[in-house]
Amino acid sequence: MVDHGPGARVLAGGTDVVPWLRDEAIAPTALIDIKSIPDLHLITDLDGSLHLGALVTFSDLLASPHVVARYPILVEMGHLVASAGIRNRATLVGNICSAVPSCDAGPVLLAYGAAVHVVGPEGRRDVSIADWFEGPRATALQADEIVAGLTVHAPSEPHGAAFAKLARYEGEDLAQANLAVVMAETHRYRVAFGAVGPTPRRANSIEQLLDGHPLEEDKIVAAQQLVADEISPITDLRATKEYREHMCRVMLGRGLRAAASRLAGAGPPYPARLV
Amino acid sequence: MKHEITLTVNGGTLPIDVSPNDVLLDTLRTQVGVKSPKVGCERGDCGTCTVLLDGTNVRSCLILAIEVDGHHITTVEGISHDGLSALQEELIAASSFQCGFCAPGIVLVAAELLGHHPEPTREQVQEAISGNLCRCTGYDPIVDAVLALANREESPS
Repeated sequence: MVDHGPGARVLAGGTDVVPWLRDEAIAPTALIDIKSIPDLHLITDLDGSLHLGALVTFSDLLASPHVVARYPILVEMGHLVASAGIRNRATLVGNICSAVPSCDAGPVLLAYGAAVHVVGPEGRRDVSIADWFEGPRATALQADEIVAGLTVHAPSEPHGAAFAKLARYEGEDLAQANLAVVMAETHRYRVAFGAVGPTPRRANSIEQLLDGHPLEEDKIVAAQQLVADEISPITDLRATKEYREHMCRVMLGRGLRAAASRLAGAGPPYPARLV
Repeated sequence: MKHEITLTVNGGTLPIDVSPNDVLLDTLRTQVGVKSPKVGCERGDCGTCTVLLDGTNVRSCLILAIEVDGHHITTVEGISHDGLSALQEELIAASSFQCGFCAPGIVLVAAELLGHHPEPTREQVQEAISGNLCRCTGYDPIVDAVLALANREESPS
């Protein structure tokens, strides 16, 4: 990347880069294929955290017994990303590097917490996923840096989680809205929305309202009333802003109930389709 | 600037000169001369350009030819070297397709599925073909044919 200057671009799965090239949405001076770098395709467990190399595809996630057993929320999300032909190439790291507002990995990583491992001429640095997304297709990554992988931090205490994706049809569509919810045994909550603002984002006011309380119906209703303040959806060809806002309330209710139910040992088995 | 790559297409290995931004779908159709992967949406949405890359289904419109130097590509021609496969016969018998534009992609993903899961559930078949759009049939005749073949092969004849 240093040799080729700021016009260079990384190619991993290519499922965004190739159509962007064709559309001339990007015009890189060099395209650097990282698929031959060893170890970037590895899924490893480091001290109880999940490390995903930059070349781990969504299909790799779904096929990993460790991810299925310990990080089923990633499977629930990955299962809803496009279709197998895309998932066989598209990488989770590429998903957050492309950083389109509807990226499905965004809300899950925000709700769990993750560190993005960046490598550049100055060495290595870690960027918290909370500081990663800067706007549509804009991230904290500098032009001469690449992402080597990321580490997902699941809550250490027992928890239930849920991911919901609203789309026009199954198998291929981008999200009209998506949502990740985590509910820990100590009544700590994480809620993150995607596709309803310039970047995926945590819903802090909803988390504060719920924190410390068991999940009761009046709390769900109160949380749903805060949704409009936490999101800024637009009307585009996939949905109107009114529909997105309404469905975010529906998805929040279903996501919270599913996470609480899973925490209690019941609930819809992963991977579920909540909307 | 052209680069020489080596592609193995349906078992035959050949050198090809490609530009760095040549898309695999176009290279297969125009340089290799394999026409079954179709040019559809050209952005990964429709699945009609599906090929198997080292045995796994991918969208050839989302891959640069230069990325797959040294790899194996299988198109529908590659699974019917010696006449039609049992899967293709079943799809024909069930009149699963009308216009046929989606057929090469669907045959490939169904063949891959049956290779991994000889007795798939209806949901597995639906999931496997969910990225391959068909505008003629409503999918049921396709799913039914794949399941019929799986059931027939499972029972001794």
